[in-house]
Amino acid sequence: MISLEWVKDYIDLTGEDLKELAVKITKAGINVESVITKHIDNLVIGEVKECTKHPNSDHLHICKVDIGSSVTQIVCGAPNVREGIKVIVALPGCILPGNNEIKAGKIRGEESNGMICALFELGAEEKTDENYAKGIEEVKSDLKPGDDANIYLGYDDTLYELDVHKHRNNDCYYHIGFAYEIASILNKKVKLPDSSYKEIKDNVNDFIKLTVDTPKCPFYTAKMVRDVTIKESPDFIKKRLISAGMRPINNVVDISNYVMLEYGQPLHFFDKDKLGDKILVRDAKDNEEIITLDGNKRVLKSSDIVITDGVKPVCIAGVMGGENTDVDLNTKNILIESAIFDSVSIRYTAASLNLKSEASIRYGKGLNYEYTLKAIDRACHLLEKYADAKILSGIVMHDKVDKTPKVVSFTPSDINSLLGITLTKKDVETELNRLDFEYKLDKDTFTVTIPKRRLDVDPNINDIAEEIGRLYGYHNLVSTLPKVETRRGVYVGDVKIRKLTSKRLRALGLNETKTYTLISSEMASKFRYDNKEQVKLPNPMSMDKSVVRTSIIPSLINVYEYNKARNINDILLYEIAKTYDKDYNEDMKVSILMEGNYIINNWNNTKIKCDFYTIKGIVENLLKYLGFNNRYTFEKDSIPDMHPGISAVIKVDREPIGIIGRVHPSLKKDDIYVSELSLTKLYEKQVKPIKFKEASKYPDIKRDLAFLVKKDMTAENIINQIKKSGGRLLSDVEVFDVYEGEKIKDDLKSIALSLTFSDTTKTLSDEEVTKVFENIISDVETKLNAKVRNGE
Amino acid sequence: MKEKIDLLCSEIESKINSVSTKKELNDLKVEYLGKKGIITELQSGIKDAVDKKEYGSEVNRARTTFNDNYDKKNAEIELEELNKKLESENIDISLPALDIPVGSPNILENIIEEVEEVFMSMGYDVVDGPEIEEDKYNFELLNIPKGHPARDAQDTFYIEDENILLRSQTSPVQAREMLKAGGDKPIRMICPGKTYRRDADDATHSHQFMQIEGLLVDKNISLSDLKGTFDVIAKKLFGENCETRFRPSYYQFTEPSVETDISCFVCKGKGCSLCKNTGWITVSGAGMVHPNVLKNCGYDPKVWSGFALGFGAERLAMLKYGINDIRTFYQTDLRESKAFDRRDV
Repeated sequence: MISLEWVKDYIDLTGEDLKELAVKITKAGINVESVITKHIDNLVIGEVKECTKHPNSDHLHICKVDIGSSVTQIVCGAPNVREGIKVIVALPGCILPGNNEIKAGKIRGEESNGMICALFELGAEEKTDENYAKGIEEVKSDLKPGDDANIYLGYDDTLYELDVHKHRNNDCYYHIGFAYEIASILNKKVKLPDSSYKEIKDNVNDFIKLTVDTPKCPFYTAKMVRDVTIKESPDFIKKRLISAGMRPINNVVDISNYVMLEYGQPLHFFDKDKLGDKILVRDAKDNEEIITLDGNKRVLKSSDIVITDGVKPVCIAGVMGGENTDVDLNTKNILIESAIFDSVSIRYTAASLNLKSEASIRYGKGLNYEYTLKAIDRACHLLEKYADAKILSGIVMHDKVDKTPKVVSFTPSDINSLLGITLTKKDVETELNRLDFEYKLDKDTFTVTIPKRRLDVDPNINDIAEEIGRLYGYHNLVSTLPKVETRRGVYVGDVKIRKLTSKRLRALGLNETKTYTLISSEMASKFRYDNKEQVKLPNPMSMDKSVVRTSIIPSLINVYEYNKARNINDILLYEIAKTYDKDYNEDMKVSILMEGNYIINNWNNTKIKCDFYTIKGIVENLLKYLGFNNRYTFEKDSIPDMHPGISAVIKVDREPIGIIGRVHPSLKKDDIYVSELSLTKLYEKQVKPIKFKEASKYPDIKRDLAFLVKKDMTAENIINQIKKSGGRLLSDVEVFDVYEGEKIKDDLKSIALSLTFSDTTKTLSDEEVTKVFENIISDVETKLNAKVRNGE
Repeated sequence: MKEKIDLLCSEIESKINSVSTKKELNDLKVEYLGKKGIITELQSGIKDAVDKKEYGSEVNRARTTFNDNYDKKNAEIELEELNKKLESENIDISLPALDIPVGSPNILENIIEEVEEVFMSMGYDVVDGPEIEEDKYNFELLNIPKGHPARDAQDTFYIEDENILLRSQTSPVQAREMLKAGGDKPIRMICPGKTYRRDADDATHSHQFMQIEGLLVDKNISLSDLKGTFDVIAKKLFGENCETRFRPSYYQFTEPSVETDISCFVCKGKGCSLCKNTGWITVSGAGMVHPNVLKNCGYDPKVWSGFALGFGAERLAMLKYGINDIRTFYQTDLRESKAFDRRDV
């Protein structure tokens, strides 16, 4: 929260519309979320010069009111209006709370050019009968007619609530820093506050000995003051602290906060008499204890920084002071600390102690040493002025801070080519002056030294271009396209097989899902068919998102249940996602789930129910589409969480690439079929380009036959044998019937097949086909222990 | 003879004309052409004829007349029968059709493909990288060293100390691609993908979400080029009337950084609840690639420049399709996703 009334101490804002200024600031990159003000326009102090009764009313008066620029007539109904009093006048155009706009007009025939106001009409008091009876406000103050009545009401401040990006929440969260930002936008200059004071002869170095024994404190300064009077702060300090959301306590504590809000530098005040004559800044010891000034015991870690009196901690550096050295009502002598601590360490300590304070937040963002010094002087100035302090000469200092100036050289054309605009040398000079960035100009080359207060600006051309660009205004950018070679982009690497798989499965009727990579350990314990060790998050957010999945199937089952619970039938799903094992090996998988009907038209009984052969058809279709025709096999296997009789491993080129089958009925009683394939493994395999194969110009010959085989004989075995024995002329084998039952022995089944013979070079003769056909029969019978089944 | 045949022919014509069924027609065939049929008998009388040639041709005339009339009548009857049959086959075409199974895309994938299409048309390749990532790629190379406050904001899922993590952004893919390209080739790529941050899931937060991030590295690339590129994308996604603006912003790996807004497509800039009465909607963050990032990834910032821009897929989809709850994308309610199996305009 930034008080504009406060900012005005450092920059002249006379005549600025603060709402418009907020818009300008936002455009330049600091987002003013809201402008908070009770300010009322056209509200002035007036003095009643004449007061006569209204001829047409028994309670109204006609007043001649001096409003500074003129004397105007206003009709007023308040009982206490009378000659000689000062009042608050709302002039025409003034909008009072409740959206009540004041207009010039006539009241019962008499001209009235405004309204004399009661406090409740201005929102300064509640509208009660009592307040109503008080009538208009009688102003008792030095304000003169025509003066802004907002000052009288305390309505003169405007607050900006800021939403600042991380990099600027250092300098834009204190008033002087924000004044510089406004200065660059309005092209004005900043005036720093008075930090002068008198010093007494005694030197602080004779009263305190400083040792810094940690690299986490690059800069430590301290000054000492004597004989302070603890009392209430002056009004302006109290008012400003309240506007910043801080509670005034007493003049000394308030001054330390006030300076922090001015310069962004937190200060710590020790009661010098309680502290003693030593300061040792060091890393805390593990389990070292301190009672902080809020009365709580804190247990520290070696990663924290402490200020000690040489023996015991007296302050958790940058976070909170200790009770043992705090300033109280009896304090007389103070040691002022103004220091810089390692920002990462402070953030870590504040977080681990759960002690986020105004100070720790500021230390955590980083500080600049110039303001560390300015702040301590400003504090001395205010303590002298408002707490009667006597300031000792000298300063205690530990200085290991890197003071290398940030310098960057560039030409206007460097900026122009980065932004795509055309600034002249003069333009760049103007912008740098606005920013108050020091520069030297040598021909076309600018050499800029970045001010210390801008911790966010690094010495490179991009940073300078950003500063210039945001002031120049991005709305001034023209749109161009990069001058680069034209070509169409492509899907690179495994992205392409993912896209192809996705499109194909959609075409085959499956709906794409997207679920979470992180799953519960319960889900993660299912479908561990590839025996991969899983990644478990060491510090999960919740137990239901604690394991990186190795299979998508459990997630698909969740989606299935979600839909089933909403009475959706015929659920066909797929998902493609990356999975990872314990060694972070990536395996992109596609997972399929099918339940219910694949095709359905209820009223005329068209129905294809999802069974093993449906999902197998989907998988085969996909594998063929991806170019693996004749390279895959389905091998029966028992797979965890799958029906032991209805599950198989899918292999391509004899390498297992996935699984298929029915979900184990003890896991889900519904007839759910799932399959999962490794797209990563498929992607790694070579696929041959498409080749044209001419269809035979000569007629095919078809022969049907059936074999009686043992029940455990697979169709695949028979077909493979037939293909082997059929040779070149056999072009297709198809199963058209499988029979088990009364007509044949219990342990046998009959498989009926249709064989197609063709020759691309000539018409086939019956004899040729018969010869091959008989060869097939005898091979199958002898090699597979089968019997050809005759017609009966 | 001729008169006799003339008479016979007109008798055939009138008899065939008067029948109406196939059976009557076939009875006539037997009467005239059967074993003892009239024409058959006439034929056998040829042996007693004086002028055998004339006799033969006259009998043939009678036969032809019969056959022609027979065929004609036969066709008439068949057509009539077919018409009758078809009339009885009338169906109710209003009954429901067969539901051809074609699946729907996930809503996020739908928007991502649309964005990919726009970028690919401008020469950007679509690449992806690992979701379990090294700190180096996710943060360090991107100008976010250890201890940097930007890390606190991106509450990251760490897996192994502070070295292995679930990527909190897709930007590490940019670092990987730049390093792969070796510092001497121009780059145009986008990397849509899953990202993870420690956010509790609710209507507007998701611990898993998708970013679409584009990167261009070349010579003489300017912020104006980024503006022009963003204009093309905004118009393709949100219509030709879409206007754009840049606002200064901050990201660790770009400098200068901007937030990119589009004019509100609901109120056309007048102000509404979607744009919070500003007339503008923020859709992405972007900027010129930070010289440190170029340097870290092997590109000399004195020679090369580039820009990066990133969209949140969820936000784009929520805006474009009017979705209010981010969990929608990860639930897959089939009643909702079905609408996305169609071309979009």
